[in-house]
Amino acid sequence: MSGSNLVMYEEEFRKIDAELQKLYQQSNAKVVFLVDKNGQLIASAGETHDIDTTSLASLTAGNIAATGGIARLLGEKEFTILFHEGEKDNIHISLIGERIILVVIFDSRSSLGLVRLRVKKTSDAIGRIFDEITQKVEKDKGEGKLEESIFAEISDEDIDNLFR
Amino acid sequence: MSFINYSSREINCKIVYYGPGLCGKTTNLQYIYRRTNPEQKGKLISLATETERTLFFDFLPLALGDIKGFRVRFHLYTVPGQVFYAASRKLILKGVDGVVFVADSQLERMESNMESLEDLKINLAEQGYELEKLPYTIQYNKRDLPNVVPVEEMDKLLNIRRVPWFEGVAVTGKGVFETLKAVARQVLFELKKHC
Repeated sequence: MSGSNLVMYEEEFRKIDAELQKLYQQSNAKVVFLVDKNGQLIASAGETHDIDTTSLASLTAGNIAATGGIARLLGEKEFTILFHEGEKDNIHISLIGERIILVVIFDSRSSLGLVRLRVKKTSDAIGRIFDEITQKVEKDKGEGKLEESIFAEISDEDIDNLFR
Repeated sequence: MSFINYSSREINCKIVYYGPGLCGKTTNLQYIYRRTNPEQKGKLISLATETERTLFFDFLPLALGDIKGFRVRFHLYTVPGQVFYAASRKLILKGVDGVVFVADSQLERMESNMESLEDLKINLAEQGYELEKLPYTIQYNKRDLPNVVPVEEMDKLLNIRRVPWFEGVAVTGKGVFETLKAVARQVLFELKKHC
């Protein structure tokens, strides 16, 4: 029905986190984060403490979705980069593959040129990590591991507990 | 399409509230927001016009608790109900795990309900989903108003699939959490089947 679920493992999460940390430092960014196209935050690096990353993730995905809608109206497949310039902060949004969104927030300590350069490198690396995840999910599915791990035993009681 | 994060031990699911303009989708989210503990919710984001009509979507992240050591997060979205926002409405359905159809119980809104339901089916199909197979719940809202259609009739008209339904008065909260719980239950059981 709804296609495959997005799955994240410890090992790949660490690799992604390392890539984001590297991007954060090398691009002199304030914050970088990775979002699923459906609006779910995957990972982040930098000065995230005073930012509502959940809302930011959802709105970024909405932004990408709306821009994708415009692209299709114009006969384009997708606009892969969005850039918003503010008085102090700027935001650079790019698509990795067709599923993941990489967001970089930066100010005058950095520049659009530098961000674009670094984003390109990071995108390639992260794209490869997601390919690894896909392979791993396929393998686990084949062996029935995913189901066994958590979902097999979800009960009515578990759900009742959530709504107590 | 849920997001299962083994690293942070979280499951994220997307639930979309659908229905005709002014049926009470945003009101459902506002009630849930008001009645949830601060540590269980994020900000309620509303992208609305100056007259408080939803322009793109409302968004409410909820983390109600844990199941088997995994934090269960629901991302609740509403679509803009007005007919001319069709293009935006379609986008919100991307990656949806469960749908709540909020129907307006007033007699004069029956046609809008049916149009919206048809629109939902078409938009889901465009994203590769079938309403018949998706976790799905109906809320017959605005039961407190004077000129409402009997629930049995509405059910005959709108609930072809015979899914769980609830009577609602979203402004006072009647049926709001019952509806959410019913769709959440289906979403989690679906994970069990399809992961």
